[in-house]
Amino acid sequence: MATYQNIFNRVQVQTSHPHMGIALPPEDDARIGTPVQNRFLGFFGNAQIGPFYLGSLGMASLMFGLFGFLIIGFNMLASVEWDPVEFVRQLPWLALEPPAPEYGLSFPPMNEGGWWLLTGFLITLSIGLWWWRMYTRAVALGMGTHVAWAFASAIWLYLVLGLIRPILMGSWSEGVPWGIFPHLDWTAAFSIRYGNLFYNPFHALSIAFLYGSTLLFAMHGATILAVGKYGGEREIEQIVDRGTASERAALFWRWTMGFNASMESIHRWAWWFAILCPLTGGIGILLTGTVVDNWYLWAVKHDFAPAYPEIWAPIANPNG
Amino acid sequence: MKDFRFWTLLIPFAIVFVIGATFTVGWERPPIDIQQVGYRGTAMEEPNNPREQAALMALNAIPPEVYELDSAADLAAAPKASEVYENVQVLGHLPEPQFSRLMAAMTEWVSPEQGCNYCHNPDNLADDNVYTKVVSRRMIEMTLNVNENWSDHVKETGVTCYTCHRGKNVPENIWFNPEERVFASIGGLGWNAGQNRASDITAGSSLSPAGLDAYLVGDEVVSLQSANVLPQAGEDGPSIQKTEQTYGYMMHISNSLGVGCTYCHNSRAFSSWDESPPARLTAYHGTFMLREMNNEYLIPLEGEYPENRLGPTGDAPKANCKTCHQGVFKPLYGASMLDQYPSLRAR
Repeated sequence: MATYQNIFNRVQVQTSHPHMGIALPPEDDARIGTPVQNRFLGFFGNAQIGPFYLGSLGMASLMFGLFGFLIIGFNMLASVEWDPVEFVRQLPWLALEPPAPEYGLSFPPMNEGGWWLLTGFLITLSIGLWWWRMYTRAVALGMGTHVAWAFASAIWLYLVLGLIRPILMGSWSEGVPWGIFPHLDWTAAFSIRYGNLFYNPFHALSIAFLYGSTLLFAMHGATILAVGKYGGEREIEQIVDRGTASERAALFWRWTMGFNASMESIHRWAWWFAILCPLTGGIGILLTGTVVDNWYLWAVKHDFAPAYPEIWAPIANPNG
Repeated sequence: MKDFRFWTLLIPFAIVFVIGATFTVGWERPPIDIQQVGYRGTAMEEPNNPREQAALMALNAIPPEVYELDSAADLAAAPKASEVYENVQVLGHLPEPQFSRLMAAMTEWVSPEQGCNYCHNPDNLADDNVYTKVVSRRMIEMTLNVNENWSDHVKETGVTCYTCHRGKNVPENIWFNPEERVFASIGGLGWNAGQNRASDITAGSSLSPAGLDAYLVGDEVVSLQSANVLPQAGEDGPSIQKTEQTYGYMMHISNSLGVGCTYCHNSRAFSSWDESPPARLTAYHGTFMLREMNNEYLIPLEGEYPENRLGPTGDAPKANCKTCHQGVFKPLYGASMLDQYPSLRAR
């Protein structure tokens, strides 16, 4: 009998008759492609690829996304004088930048931030359409729409960074560049400019939910694998019909930490932790610069930034 | 469980390690010496790779004294340089033996291979038609000015020609204005706000290197964090772009001195002078010192240089933090050469 109790996937989900999916309603497009099975993919998940369902929403989303992606890429390529070698070599450093502060919320010349705005519009459209697709596909399968709402939480953070906050600040220049290192440098500069984001309580909450999510994920994944030999992976059935796997898992956590989640609640824990990470983070970003200008001083004012003893004579501000 | 092999556990870690190490640079193996510089819990500490210290020490050792200076009595009896040589505009007040000794030392510091003729016409030492002579005269004036007027930055240690030159005709760490980049005119693509290129100036980051020109030539003020908890009506404060420019300049300082942010700042509140180590004040004056050096001394020499000494836009070579510091927190680890060459201390 196959066992799940291993570091790697031991069970190849392969069949002689690939699963074609349930029948689609007549108004939907047909699924495309003949399914193939791949042993390597089977090590990580289901070995079957396809058939695909893109539909109008998926196609439109991919098209707008590709358009935005290409604008970013060609701007990066142009910024290294169309030299493909430099493009590859410097790729992590390259970016499409938002307009300068002088332009405020007006539409700047294309090559001074206009492309950035257009790209933002296209990629936002692409993400929005993909969200809609996730929602309708879930409904079409008779599922709940939990995945779409979790995705919406990430979209909220994305919109705060690139759309809502720049509008509230009155300048597109507050937006994030499209680039690998440049967006990281932006992040560091953003934190420094507004007096250290680590003193932003919503940032702190977001980090707690981020690390909490990984912790919960590790605990849950490990627990279910550990009771795999008792059928523990049949989690949904065990919500209402606890078997020995469920009992052992629960007892394990009651022994080790005094409390255990249930087969149902652990998934709600995970879902909420994941959702709250970008949700609280987005609130923290939204308040930065709009409501609070220096988070460190804010923390001093509210008595939660600790004061340290002097270890050198304080220097006077040379600017007076 | 019989299928479980321990080594298989290591595969994903090995893959991640190899990929990570391949696509990133600057890794140094442990152990690293950590010196605590701030109060415990503030993470203010200076990391140093002990295996690099010997090489750094050797690179930043002061050279042997060229030869011993005559006794004060002998010097007092000797004629002035201006009485012996023609056209000695800056150091004519020195006794001739002391003047000649400084010339000999400068040859060791700046042109050990080419000798005196790097700056002098051997047929007429007073000839000002050799551009290097005109430049060195101005550089001597600059050195004197730094030692006389910038003790806020150079303290009693001071500088000599060797601080920057280290035996080379042109100091290794100089900078020029970057070449104007022409982006494709059709479609108008590729604008990058003057940043997003791997730059040595910003220590390999994608930050803007424009800070050198803004702060060390221009009179822009480095961006500071808001002094107010809440945003104030009518006050915008520095933009993200200006913050990044300052950040890039700070990376330059950090890289030039071989130190981290916390050498000068408590990183939880970068702008707060109350929480900053005293080194920050020294660095603060350094910015203004360099601004004067560039504007009063180095840039006006532009017309004197031959083309091969100029930058891509035809500008004169300029100084930044690295020109003197060359990777250590104090140039030459704080060893002063002024006791050996007191004539450079002041006019």
